[in-house]
Amino acid sequence: MTEVQVSEEVAEYTEVHRHPEPKSFIWKYIFSVDHKVIGIQYLMLAVAAVFVGMFLSLLVRLRLVWPEESIPLLGQLFPIGAPDGVMTPEFYLAMLTMHGTIMVFMVLTTAPQGGFGNYFLPIQIGAADMAFPRLNMLSFWSTFVSFMLLLAAFFVEGGAPWSGWTGYPPLSAVPEATVQGFGQDLWVASIAVFCIASLLGALNFIVTTLDLRAKGLTMFRMPLTCWTWFVTAILGLLAFGVLLAAGVLLLMDRNVGTSFFVPGGLVISDKQIDHSGGSPILWQHLFWFFGHPEVYIAILPGMGVTSHILSTFARKTVFGYKAMVYAVLAIGFLGFVVWGHHMFVSGMSPYSAFVFSILTMCIGVPSAIKTFNWIGTMWGGKIRFTSPMLFSIGFVSLFVTGGISGIFLGQPTIDLFFHDTYFVVAHFHLIMGVAAIFGMFAGLIFWFPKMFGRMMDERLNKIHFWMTFVGVYAIFGPMHYLGMMPHPRRYAEITSVDYLEAMGAADLHLFITAAAILTILAQFLFLFNLIKSIFKGKECRDPNPWEATTLEWTISSPPPHDNFAGKVPHVYRGAYDFSLPGTKRDFAMQCNNDEAVFGSRPASSGD
Amino acid sequence: MSEGHAAMAAEPTWQGGGTPLAVGHKKLGMWLFIVSDTLTFSALLVAYSFVRAANDWPTPFHFYPSIVFSTVMTLVLLTSSLTMVYAVSAAHHGARRKAVKWLWWTALCGLTFVVLHGYEWFHLMHDEGMYPWTNPYGTPGFGATFFTITGLHMFHVITGVAYLGIIAVRYRRGRYLPEDVEVAGLYWHFVDLVWMFVFPMIYLLSTSVD
Repeated sequence: MTEVQVSEEVAEYTEVHRHPEPKSFIWKYIFSVDHKVIGIQYLMLAVAAVFVGMFLSLLVRLRLVWPEESIPLLGQLFPIGAPDGVMTPEFYLAMLTMHGTIMVFMVLTTAPQGGFGNYFLPIQIGAADMAFPRLNMLSFWSTFVSFMLLLAAFFVEGGAPWSGWTGYPPLSAVPEATVQGFGQDLWVASIAVFCIASLLGALNFIVTTLDLRAKGLTMFRMPLTCWTWFVTAILGLLAFGVLLAAGVLLLMDRNVGTSFFVPGGLVISDKQIDHSGGSPILWQHLFWFFGHPEVYIAILPGMGVTSHILSTFARKTVFGYKAMVYAVLAIGFLGFVVWGHHMFVSGMSPYSAFVFSILTMCIGVPSAIKTFNWIGTMWGGKIRFTSPMLFSIGFVSLFVTGGISGIFLGQPTIDLFFHDTYFVVAHFHLIMGVAAIFGMFAGLIFWFPKMFGRMMDERLNKIHFWMTFVGVYAIFGPMHYLGMMPHPRRYAEITSVDYLEAMGAADLHLFITAAAILTILAQFLFLFNLIKSIFKGKECRDPNPWEATTLEWTISSPPPHDNFAGKVPHVYRGAYDFSLPGTKRDFAMQCNNDEAVFGSRPASSGD
Repeated sequence: MSEGHAAMAAEPTWQGGGTPLAVGHKKLGMWLFIVSDTLTFSALLVAYSFVRAANDWPTPFHFYPSIVFSTVMTLVLLTSSLTMVYAVSAAHHGARRKAVKWLWWTALCGLTFVVLHGYEWFHLMHDEGMYPWTNPYGTPGFGATFFTITGLHMFHVITGVAYLGIIAVRYRRGRYLPEDVEVAGLYWHFVDLVWMFVFPMIYLLSTSVD
């Protein structure tokens, strides 16, 4: 009896992620448990969020260059924040805060992992769905609620919060410190809900990767994309729980009257605040314990996509596959022990700063391994310069540029000077923002034919690539120079700061704003191309238009409901068998056994 | 078939589909949930330690009722872990009715814990005037950390009681497998384990030894 029971159990657990295809619109497209639909829902949320975030950054740039100018439409939208269309400094800070929060949480965290990961992780490992399909749906809809809460902050009394995306107390913790109240509460609530959504998602990703791989797909045969989604999920699992705790404490400080983050003796507008006994530094520790891994949560999937695409279009196997995996693991681990480098000027024992600094420098080692392996992958390859390839090469370029300024900032003595200047803004935008977004562009164009059965317009993609690539360097390159002046971040205007004016900061700002407007225009070109291609793009009946090797290219486009149409895929080789000697085609798919690849001739396969 | 296959056979090849490390989806999922929840509780306990170290921390709890009560609560919770072990063991031996009986005992212990804890909260608020935002002992952080940490733990216990109830009903009807009982057990033991950190850190360290 026991034995029968056990086999039934196993059967139930392997079948648990399969589910019948829903028929009605609501269950098929809205409350769907299909990972592919959920993936596209995440992507749509991210696209909506990225355009909101971009609009906010445009307002920020306009305020910096023309602080006195009136934008009539803005006056109608935000009569208090921008009376007569002229943005107040507080409004500037609110836009800055919301830009950061929306971009970091709703774009950089959702799209690479929730979007592409959801869609392609199960297919690349040969599964019919995620391990917990209903949990997956819950993750998406919690994220959606979180996004709505965040957007609602614009429209409540007092408007959006101004405490920055890092929400440093006491500004964020003491309602008396700012005119607004509820906006900040909504912000914290949004982050808390987002944490729960991300935790559930991370749990799902890890179980899926460990439990649902197809026969023959060992961990070290997985595509690097799967590795990065897996490690990103581990980071999310460990980091978001801490932010959740911090968020709960902050919410209590604001509403229940506790003092976790508010020190005693605080005087605001000649009034003594009756909080005491807390510490703003505590928030910084908790926040950055999450915040630094978050940087890798944003960038790791981009690294995976880049490795995947560079190999595919260079027609060469990934140089140092195992080294790439270990580098990702090392980056993930180190990401948890370097949070202090965000706090060098907050007041820290020089010994702690020394340790944090050394550990930060250590991240340079796996990062360099990855960079050299990317170059090694391309070296001597028959490179096909398609637009996903261009974006991947762009990713490597931005990763190097943004990474090098990180080595400056990781040293306490240099950071004392650079902290809270535009140098930091340039650094994290290049490496965390733009590089990650280049990974998303690469992934979106690369997987577009699989998701929609159509190709994107390659010519428009290339125009978009060059405009964006030149544009982002034109925006963030000069910011390094601003930072060296040193030009502080978060200032709404600089007209009365003599030394900045003498050093030509105003001209640089004008140049940056012009570059930003051009880059934003280029994104509308991409949006146009995206929407047009979904409905009217060139049809792509070939399941494998890029001649790639992984499992998603073995099935029809778009994939059937259960991905492999009832078949169970079997994997025989590693993910990047390109240009194997003795083969007719220059690639061997993961599901091809040696006989299929080499004919009857025996040969050893790359693994 | 070929040398390539022989070379591949040398490394253990993943057979797919089943359960690596003999752990099913739900069990692995629960372990991961426990990992992340551990981080959440750790963050709170570290925050507590941070605030405690940064302030002149009071130790106002009396032996009776606070310490006596919390000790009884600890015993109740430990007992519930024992009954949970019996439930899981019975489920794996196919003794369905017995397993369900032990599940209900576990839930009852959990409920007792919540009631005792609720009474303790009521006493602290009503008789001592201690609230999350104020307390008569000095540092406001004392009440804030106490209610936040014990509150989050109590929330876990309440959720756990509901979870056990659902498992008991659905396992009795044959909708759930013995492994589901075991997964619920993991959660329950975890909640118990968290209390083993909360009890000394929040209660025992908050009383002065006369």
